[in-house]
Amino acid sequence: MKKIRIVDTTLRDGSHAVRHGYTAEDVRNIAKALDEAGVYGIEISHGDGLAGHSIQYGYAATSDEVRLSAAKEVVKNSKIAVLLLPGIGTRVDIKMAIEHGAKIARIATHVTEADISEQHICMSKDLGLEVITFLMLAHMEKPEKVLEQAKLMQSYGADVIYVVDSAGAMIPDDVRARVGLLKEKLDVEVGFHAHNNLGLSIGNTLAAIEEGATVVDGTLCGLGAGAGNAPVEVLVAVLDKIGYDTGVDLYKIMDAAEDIVRPRMTQPLVIDKSSLSLGYAGVYSSFLLHTFRAVEKYPVDPRDILMELGKRRVVGGQEDMIIDVAHEIYEKTRKQA
Amino acid sequence: MSEKKIDVAIIGPGNIGTDLLYKIKKRSKYMNVKAMVGIYETSEGLKRARDMGVGTTSKGIEGLQDFDSIRMAFDATSAAAHVKHAEFLKERGIVAIDLTPASIGPYVCPVVNLDEHLDAPNINLITCGGQATIPIVYAVSRVAKVSYGEIVATIASKSAGPGTRQNIDEFTQTTAKGIEVIGGADRGKAIIILNPAEPPIIMRNTIYTEIEDRVDLDKVKESIEYVISKIREYVPGYRLRLGPIADGNRITTMIEVEGAGDFLPKYAGNLDVETSAAVAIGEKVAEKLVEADKVGV
Repeated sequence: MKKIRIVDTTLRDGSHAVRHGYTAEDVRNIAKALDEAGVYGIEISHGDGLAGHSIQYGYAATSDEVRLSAAKEVVKNSKIAVLLLPGIGTRVDIKMAIEHGAKIARIATHVTEADISEQHICMSKDLGLEVITFLMLAHMEKPEKVLEQAKLMQSYGADVIYVVDSAGAMIPDDVRARVGLLKEKLDVEVGFHAHNNLGLSIGNTLAAIEEGATVVDGTLCGLGAGAGNAPVEVLVAVLDKIGYDTGVDLYKIMDAAEDIVRPRMTQPLVIDKSSLSLGYAGVYSSFLLHTFRAVEKYPVDPRDILMELGKRRVVGGQEDMIIDVAHEIYEKTRKQA
Repeated sequence: MSEKKIDVAIIGPGNIGTDLLYKIKKRSKYMNVKAMVGIYETSEGLKRARDMGVGTTSKGIEGLQDFDSIRMAFDATSAAAHVKHAEFLKERGIVAIDLTPASIGPYVCPVVNLDEHLDAPNINLITCGGQATIPIVYAVSRVAKVSYGEIVATIASKSAGPGTRQNIDEFTQTTAKGIEVIGGADRGKAIIILNPAEPPIIMRNTIYTEIEDRVDLDKVKESIEYVISKIREYVPGYRLRLGPIADGNRITTMIEVEGAGDFLPKYAGNLDVETSAAVAIGEKVAEKLVEADKVGV
């Protein structure tokens, strides 16, 4: 049976959906359940990576240290992973995470900017971590460009390179073209991270696996930015049914979703007109809640903001553009009225 | 009336070094570029300098020995290289204007503390993002107690050279420190985003500050407008985009920086703000040297 490694990111990407409000107790409960269910990796960081705690991305209720230490107390078998976006966090944050039990560093850049990750990848490898790298918003570039950037990350020492559909904007053929080319041309493993803005998170993850991806992400109840990620309990069930070996206990992962995460959710995770607009316009999923906040100040249709951001090819991390664009649309409509 | 000028050198004939050369040649009253220092005889930058009638050497910093009139040198190489250059320059009494993140000398941002370190043997420019954003943190600090300053600098991918890319941690760390030391915030944080959109975007920055007491937005606004008018004296393309907006004790200000387009393209406001600041500092130091020469000290 072909093995697929699953990294759960409820405690990282899922953090967006609870406005970075996890307490140490939330972390202990969720990490323990994931560890017992048998996922390969458990990612724990601010939604925007280590040191994401900021005005730009939102303050977290607890520090990265507190959450990592809480997980370390309960995780026995799974590997603890952390996310780092160069430009936001630094190598100092990775060293801190190692002290608190991190075994996997996930280093993420925009799909065209792989060369800003060299110092972080090299140091993480030198310190004995497994290194998984992310090429974010991969839908924005052609497969050949994605490959060129992936090769840079491979040359720095990455163990696994992910095609990341940060905007949930890809259709299965987009996934196949990118993952397939990377699998064919790289020497390292290929992974995939989905968002559900077009309702394709499970289908796209399957397409990636069929093209040779061997490491994939999911979250309990699909908790994540935008319309969420691939629901990990569904992913495990589907992969098990097809005949892949994920090493995850289906009942236990279902229980973790239903009994621990669902009661913790502060709002239903649905594909509504705003999250659908993210996928349609190709906008970074974590912009969603920031957009809702912006329209409280400048009352315009959130879809207009997201479509405009898509047109301007705004990249991950540019959350400050949301208020700028909201203000611009507001002023324009006010003048017309 | 022609003022006497002092001879200066530029170390590093890349895009930054060449932009410095253009700026000084075009506008400087007190500086004359005598030498461009590189390490490759065939480099484009050295050729351009020669075509403009500037002396060149491809022997690196040691090559400066052939130019004994040099009083000041702009270093546009790398932090590691500057550590070596700084020693060489200091031994010979040449003032170093350091555009790398080496941070050997004190941080200077012209609009904040230009006059404080005119006698320093080595002056550091912090980072390009710092030159663009720290003045706004400072503007708020002038009228309120800033407990936290956070800046987000978004620049065109094309304007980030290999030096910035391979040392992005140094950028965020040095800028954060500058927000505290020069901006006056108790704590600083810096974020940098590279955007590859075509045509390249103009540098835009968001500056968030949290202040201890109630926000007097009119006072903050007035201070920001004053500081921006001062920056525009050396960076004419520095503009307020939005704000200041108050949200509780938090103030958000957005600015954009369009370059002068001397040698660097206009979208690279991030680089222009740094070369312009370096020239502004150099000019002031040079003026002082010229005055001292007159008195015959």
